[in-house]
Amino acid sequence: MKKFLLMLGLLSALFAAAAPAKDVTLLNVSYDPTRELYRDINAAFVAQWKAQHGDAVTINMSHGGSGKQARSVVDGLPADVVTLALANDIDAVASRGLIAKDWQKRLPDNASPYTSTIVFLVRKGNPKSIKDWPDLIKPNIQVITPNPKTSGGARWNFLAAWGYALKQHGGNETKARAYVQALYQHVPVLDTGARGATNTFAQRGVGDVLVAWESEALLAQRELGKDTFDIVVPSISILAEPPVAVVDKNVDKHDTRAVAEAYVKFLYSPQAQAIEAKNFYRPRLSAVSAQFAAQFPKVNTFTINDVFGDWHQAQAKFFADGAIFDQIGPGH
Amino acid sequence: MRRRILPGFGLSLGYALTYLGLIVLLPLVALAWKASGIGVGGMLHLLSSPRTLAALKLSFGGAILAAIINVCFGLLVAWVLVRYRFPGRRLFDALVDLPFALPTAVAGIALTALYAPNGWLGHWLKHYGIQIAYAPPGVILAMVFVGFPFVVRTLQPVLESLDRDVEEAAESLGASHAQTFFRVILPMLVPTLLTGFALALARAVGEYGSVIFIAGNIPMRSEIAPLLIVEKLEEFDYAGAAALGTVMLIASFALLILIAVLQRWSGRWAEQLQ
Repeated sequence: MKKFLLMLGLLSALFAAAAPAKDVTLLNVSYDPTRELYRDINAAFVAQWKAQHGDAVTINMSHGGSGKQARSVVDGLPADVVTLALANDIDAVASRGLIAKDWQKRLPDNASPYTSTIVFLVRKGNPKSIKDWPDLIKPNIQVITPNPKTSGGARWNFLAAWGYALKQHGGNETKARAYVQALYQHVPVLDTGARGATNTFAQRGVGDVLVAWESEALLAQRELGKDTFDIVVPSISILAEPPVAVVDKNVDKHDTRAVAEAYVKFLYSPQAQAIEAKNFYRPRLSAVSAQFAAQFPKVNTFTINDVFGDWHQAQAKFFADGAIFDQIGPGH
Repeated sequence: MRRRILPGFGLSLGYALTYLGLIVLLPLVALAWKASGIGVGGMLHLLSSPRTLAALKLSFGGAILAAIINVCFGLLVAWVLVRYRFPGRRLFDALVDLPFALPTAVAGIALTALYAPNGWLGHWLKHYGIQIAYAPPGVILAMVFVGFPFVVRTLQPVLESLDRDVEEAAESLGASHAQTFFRVILPMLVPTLLTGFALALARAVGEYGSVIFIAGNIPMRSEIAPLLIVEKLEEFDYAGAAALGTVMLIASFALLILIAVLQRWSGRWAEQLQ
């Protein structure tokens, strides 16, 4: 027993000695497909902060479905920074008083340092010649897209399809609804998350086309080989803007506001924008976009605010209990 | 007061009840408390939705079917493992526990890989127009997988202690093999089979991890009730999720009580036979 206590004492002394006086730890709570992105971002930020301030920063990550992550933060996960898939999830955290209500105005570009868009991933050579949205509802086409009720990413897919149909039919809601309903009739499997849908399409060989974030499509192509899939960019799509925010209540409690704010601002710097582009997210800085022009073809996009007002309205109209998705989703 | 064999009865009873209260009852009370936020109207609305009903039907119907399959094949496997000696028996015996040990998500992914239209079995079944993965049969398959060890493990000790004299007596009195099995052995096993059935059923009703990968999750067709609960949570609708959870709990509890009643009844019947 004495020996054990001695060991314990020695160990704690060792840890105390190893920790420098100004050691800062941040927790970034993010969604699923950003693992690779933030591994690179964090390494770059830690190096920069060390060079500028001499302090060691440790950044811990938590990944999961965007909605689930927001709930964890609401329930007490001590996040200093949230980097989620949609503004609605950060709004949910803000509505519990953890983040200032005007969080989306505190950073440039709707607090989204990088963007993506919704594209189609098809099998090599595009055997069913899928070129644009109308091709998805042709006979014998199976479309893979996850459930927008459980996947934040899938909500962008739904809204992209709706926005396309609305523009196609001159703003006629009934026709947009008919198109989206027909589209979900072509969905044989409704995965709960975006990665699950990618796996169903890529690994299980189900479906002719995967409606996906461009970042996921490019990643799938890199991981599984360019000779297995083609990416098809539709004539019009949505500008997906995954937002970031500092969690005010938590950074004040942890005394980490300075680092946390520097961290989210760093995401807009040329260095970070290049890392984001390398991880298949579209950068905001035009200089960096120009560098990666070959990777990101020009797309006609609309934003949530252009077509749907804001996330709050889109959520209530389409994805709430008994709302439009429940009325026209698969099985109807 | 009658003298008990073990001392400290009061203490151990108190400990057992406190433990049960903390581990089982407290979370259930919290669940019911959260669910009460929805109100009677909300509950009726939830229960009258065709989608909820379809999901509950799949969850309970699938679980009952899976438990029946498990009872039939579990009995067969337990019988072979107990009554026959063959090389590799120990290994097969250990394999039975595998569904316990495997993370359910891994099981789901493995089953899906096998039965998907491009999987080893799936592409072969496709020729015959049979679809398992991404359809209700896939749900039942996953439920059979996770519930299987319960039946085998409950049956094994009972089969081992089964009195062989009774069988021999039956045979010597001129009973055929089938008569011996159905009229002598089976009645003695019914209470245990019911226990195994109840355990496999309870496990299957609540199963989420493995089913979700293979189900296809299409509302009204292949969507299980636990998935609806997760959907409600995604909408930040804690009360609705808890309410649906409570409904599942009450239904499961009613089923388990029914099975317990059947068990007592069949136990008496087996005694009378003996």
